[in-house]
Amino acid sequence: MSHSTVLPPKPSSEAVEVRKLAVSRGGHQVLDDLNFGIPAGRITGLLGPSGSGKTTLMRAIVGVQKINAGSVQVLGRPAGHPSLRHHIGYVTQAPSVYPDLSVEANVRYFGAMHRKNRNDTLEAIAAVGLEKQSRQKTADLSGGQLSRVSLACALVAKPHLLVLDEPTVGLDPVLRAELWERFRKMADAGTTLLVSSHVMEEASHCASLLLLREGRLLAQLTPAELSRRGSSQDLERAFLNLILKPSLAAGLTGAGSGAETSEVRP
Amino acid sequence: MNIQMMLATARRVLEQLRHDHRSIALILAVPALLLTAVYYLFENEVLPPGAPRTFDRVGLMMLAIFPFVVMFLVTSITMLRERTSGTLERLLTTPIHKTDLLFGYGLAFSIMATLQSLVATAVAYWIFNLDIAGSPALVVMIAVINSVLGVALGLLCSAFARTEFQAVQFMPVVVVPQILLCGLFVARDQMNEVLESISNVLPLTFSVDALTEIAMNSEATGTMWNDAGIMVAIVLVVLVLASLTLRRRTS
Repeated sequence: MSHSTVLPPKPSSEAVEVRKLAVSRGGHQVLDDLNFGIPAGRITGLLGPSGSGKTTLMRAIVGVQKINAGSVQVLGRPAGHPSLRHHIGYVTQAPSVYPDLSVEANVRYFGAMHRKNRNDTLEAIAAVGLEKQSRQKTADLSGGQLSRVSLACALVAKPHLLVLDEPTVGLDPVLRAELWERFRKMADAGTTLLVSSHVMEEASHCASLLLLREGRLLAQLTPAELSRRGSSQDLERAFLNLILKPSLAAGLTGAGSGAETSEVRP
Repeated sequence: MNIQMMLATARRVLEQLRHDHRSIALILAVPALLLTAVYYLFENEVLPPGAPRTFDRVGLMMLAIFPFVVMFLVTSITMLRERTSGTLERLLTTPIHKTDLLFGYGLAFSIMATLQSLVATAVAYWIFNLDIAGSPALVVMIAVINSVLGVALGLLCSAFARTEFQAVQFMPVVVVPQILLCGLFVARDQMNEVLESISNVLPLTFSVDALTEIAMNSEATGTMWNDAGIMVAIVLVVLVLASLTLRRRTS
């Protein structure tokens, strides 16, 4: 198979490289001159206020967004390259599953697109803790369960790069902790994860953070650096401090454990 | 084209339908019920000796028109839901090829259409003694091709609708003119030139033509195969057009 030539990126290399990316939608500049890299085999958090361009950026990385300028390289290929479709999982914010199918039928169908078998299907369902609901119609599930079905439909493909748009919205604290634990295990196994969130306390689960504001990259840094630069142990407070005083974010460099923090723009 | 992905899609579409008992009942029963109504409409007609019943002409054409209409509606709504729910965008980030998706839909709904026209044709033959020269198997074949045409047009039209409300409005635009001009109400050679030339290029015209051939001849004729071939070609062209409306990358 020709697509097997896309190899999982080596740890310490970059799974995604974004250069001078600009996107406008409906005459409005949504992303402007973004430059950054996403470290392979780590969890990168994409944080920013509502409307800052998080979803558009994720769509550009997945390759479903038309871009106006710049380049997005994913696993060594231009974003959207056909060979990448075997290796990228994308979970949209609104659960995109078939409400009139059972949980298992949903996961099985998306698995079939990646030649996955029944075991892979059951494994993905177990990973999101929905074994008991496996034969239930998806429409009868709660909102939180629905978004976990959507996640399972991406996990079944065992992607090298998993892009998750607000995956923990509507989940109770126990499930949220379980999911972050699962993400960490996946990252340990070599999967690269990009997770957007507006819950700042979740930033602490990430190895690297991208702070986005009004379509521009405010900073790329580790949670520890965020805490230090924003002069607060409370990441939410620190983030607010950075947003209110962008000068604090300027000049951030890859200190701390984050060898992955490279080019940072004010 | 990947057969496994196409089959997985057909299976998924049928599974979605399986949970929807009311739709299955409507798909299977409504054409047979409408056919019954057509039969009783012409029940009291007075015929000169030896003249064919109107039901043998109109009922026969209905066998091809019902599956076309039903499948057009069912497909355009199902595909629109796929487009608006985000599942289409998600699918297009996976390795599935657009034609796998569309032919998967086509396969699933043509299985339903085959069952539908078997029921309707059985009712026409065994209950109302439909009297035509040709084989009922050919009638079912034309009905199935017609229903796949409905599927293909439904897939294409779903691209031009934003809501289910709009999708339903495409029926008067796409389906009704074909029914009016196919030769059911007025023989095509008695239409004025404009209407006749429009009628000449409408897909449903070919199936009514083919059915007329089946009604008149005990063996399949070259004209019938020709009509059926043209219909299949139209279906393929429409499916390709529909695949052009699926975009992996949007603004």
